Amino acid sequence: MALSIATRQLDGVTILDLSGRITLGEGSVQLRDAIRDLISKGDKNILLSLGEVNYIDSSGLGELVSAFTTAKNQNAEVKLLNLTKKVKDVLQVTKLYTVFDIYDDEAHAIGSFK
Amino acid sequence: MADTKADSLTEPQKGRLSFKLASTMDSVAEVEAAAERLTQAAGLDEDESFRVAMAVREAAVNAVLHGNGYDPAKQISASFENNGKSLIITIADQGEGLDPDKIPDPLAPENLLRGTGRGIFLIRSFLDEVHFRQLHPGTELTLVKHLSPAAGKLPDSDKPQDSDTK
Repeated sequence: MALSIATRQLDGVTILDLSGRITLGEGSVQLRDAIRDLISKGDKNILLSLGEVNYIDSSGLGELVSAFTTAKNQNAEVKLLNLTKKVKDVLQVTKLYTVFDIYDDEAHAIGSFK
Repeated sequence: MADTKADSLTEPQKGRLSFKLASTMDSVAEVEAAAERLTQAAGLDEDESFRVAMAVREAAVNAVLHGNGYDPAKQISASFENNGKSLIITIADQGEGLDPDKIPDPLAPENLLRGTGRGIFLIRSFLDEVHFRQLHPGTELTLVKHLSPAAGKLPDSDKPQDSDTK
């Protein structure tokens, strides 16, 4: 299953609801394009909702990191919401769990952008 | 000849499946699916099955992308075996070769925010043994997942006759 991305706005935060796999050839490029598009439009607060992402590979991890650093370089922020067990597992093993701001509650996540 | 040796692996063997595939992402998906079938047949739980299949997928991506560079003239070889004690998976490419000692540590602070370089690390993290062998040309990775006594059952038709001798 490829990656699908739905975008919505809430209280000044752009939320990307991701569903599917973030892997080489399936979701990595879509995610990269979506993030670049938002940042080029001037969006500063970006929340990636990953509750329906059931698989991520090293390429997908690379895209998450690139999203994080690209945003930071543009004075924007990318945060993560609702990790599935598998995605959390991979983020923990690679120590990226400590890099990202990660939330389990959407309202809390939105409130964290100021 | 290397080809002759590799072809011999396709001979029927108990609990072992081998094949050669084109250097495409479809092949990666095929290898990943074969790994899932192997782990599930061996009785691994969902988490362990995911980890092994993911590691195998990463190895296949490396072979297709970094090893063979999507070259249609080059193939990847894959084999899957359950010997009752371990799952043994090999993935080989026909590329330039890889020195595992020269792969940067992705957990090092200076590498943590790099966009690439986590594939081999994930493979090593998710399996019990990882062995590199230089081919001429190419690289072969052997991935080993030890089976717990409860999970290490073979399908009845695949049980070797000496499976209970040790």
